[in-house]
Amino acid sequence: MTASARIAAPAEAGAAAGTSALRKLAEGNTLPVLIVVAAIVAIWYGFTVYLNAPWQLDTYRRAGAEWTAVDLVRDTMAQERPVLPAPHQVVAELWKTTVDVRPTSNRSLLKHAWITLSSTLLGFAIGTTLGVLLAVGIVHNRAMDKSVMPWVIASQTIPILAVAPMIIVVLNAVGVSGLLPKALISTYLSFFPVVVGMVKGFRSPEIIQLDLMRTYNASGAQTFWKLRWPSALPYLFTSMKVAVAISLVGAIVGELPTGAVAGLGARLLAGSYYGQTVQIWAALFMAAALAAVLVALVGVAQRLVTRRMGARP
Amino acid sequence: MNLTVAGALAFWAAAWVLNERLVRLDARTVPARRAIGLLVPAIFGLTLLVVWEGLVRGLGVPTILLPPPSMIWSRILNSLPTLWADFQQTFLKAVLIGYALGCGSGFLAAIAVDRSPFLKRGLLPLGNFVSALPIIGIAPIMVMWFGFDWPSKAAVVVVMTFFPMLVNTVEGLNASSAIDCDLMRTYAATYWQTLFKLRLPAAAPFIFNALKINSTLALIGAIVAEFFGTPIVGMGFRISTEVGRMNIDMVWAEIAVAALAGSLFYGIVALIERAVTFWHPSVRGG
Repeated sequence: MTASARIAAPAEAGAAAGTSALRKLAEGNTLPVLIVVAAIVAIWYGFTVYLNAPWQLDTYRRAGAEWTAVDLVRDTMAQERPVLPAPHQVVAELWKTTVDVRPTSNRSLLKHAWITLSSTLLGFAIGTTLGVLLAVGIVHNRAMDKSVMPWVIASQTIPILAVAPMIIVVLNAVGVSGLLPKALISTYLSFFPVVVGMVKGFRSPEIIQLDLMRTYNASGAQTFWKLRWPSALPYLFTSMKVAVAISLVGAIVGELPTGAVAGLGARLLAGSYYGQTVQIWAALFMAAALAAVLVALVGVAQRLVTRRMGARP
Repeated sequence: MNLTVAGALAFWAAAWVLNERLVRLDARTVPARRAIGLLVPAIFGLTLLVVWEGLVRGLGVPTILLPPPSMIWSRILNSLPTLWADFQQTFLKAVLIGYALGCGSGFLAAIAVDRSPFLKRGLLPLGNFVSALPIIGIAPIMVMWFGFDWPSKAAVVVVMTFFPMLVNTVEGLNASSAIDCDLMRTYAATYWQTLFKLRLPAAAPFIFNALKINSTLALIGAIVAEFFGTPIVGMGFRISTEVGRMNIDMVWAEIAVAALAGSLFYGIVALIERAVTFWHPSVRGG
């Protein structure tokens, strides 16, 4: 009895460690997120069968074939043009178009993703720069603050995404084509969050701090670089996260009207013309992955910069 | 440089000087301050229009590239029936119905999720993640599922508005402080009483934030979804076909309608917000 208890003790300790690790998982966000994702995938499979069944039953009836429930489930998940492709079909398509095909080929999703990504990044860079410059002007000039700010807000009521086709076509007519028109749409979308965030950020130093700079006889530029800019950086990164996500949307929509040449948006449009649902979903997942990576990169940059500025995690 | 351009530039300079003067005025009374607050952006907007008109006419920019504002205005007046039909199709059907369904279901989902901390922790990061995704891309799928008419556009709007509403409402429901909840408990309030009398009012600023974000998202979603196939009416349809026919003034007219509808929509939501969350510092402060 005692011997077996002694033997059992380490196992119990191991089990305790196991449960504490489990508890840590359950208390964090990882386990709940994983379970919710698993539930979504399960529901997705359910809907795949449900939505694709009518067409499948129709083919069975026409062929006069005998079918069982197992057949039905298997066949609904292997259709060429399903109403809703099963998750594994989408993953297979993603694998096929990213790994199996050369990245230079027109069928490679990586190539299309790269085209979208490059115009996203260009537009994001221009938009962020423009946004910061506008914010500097608004903070330092009262007339600009009063007159420009309402119009910056009003500018966002124009649904630019809806205008995207016109901008693309018109700029093409003038001879500006390729990356820049798409990037301009991203710019228009991404400058707004940056302006709003940076105006708030540049104004975040307290009056007492500004007064201190004045007692040091600091010039306007010195106040800007040593006080306003550092205190605005957290706001910059927060608005950059929004801006980069919205730039991607701008780039994708900007690719819709170019006659479906290249890019993720073109893949979506081509997929919808030819009823290639699997292709649409693959492009969607690629876009989602791009968005996640871009937002994560901004987050990493934020952590690096704030650490260099002396913030303690 | 010809006279029209010079005139436009002169107007711009004059308006700029006037604005500088106006913002330096030391307005004592509240109405005066409010009038200046309205006047300055109005002058700026007028200047934009004048400079636009002057430059386009003076420099002889082809109207295919950029029509002057006067031409757009006359086009709006000439094609009111078409614009109204498009507005009805896109805004009154797709946007409003999708907005109501999306925001409503997001709200209900948030209240359901709120009772389970586990689901909350699982869904919130996902909701935040989905909010950053290019959801607009589901438009072709929705068109395939729900057909060419407005239900497919409404479906896109529902999906686009659902997640911001969910995330913001859940966040708002957490906003009421522990001491307030404890007070409700000492009153022996039920879950629903606490919800309706304390937590929902406390969540109102967050909910209205989502409603405002969604008001612009909904319009964009509905218009872009129309690029993937529509009946022959609708704002997105009109924009894409008139671009093809190089009727750029019609496109601009449609944009003006969309901008006006979007601003009004946003403004109405903001007004309701002021009425409902009158107690919030950001409203009280003026």
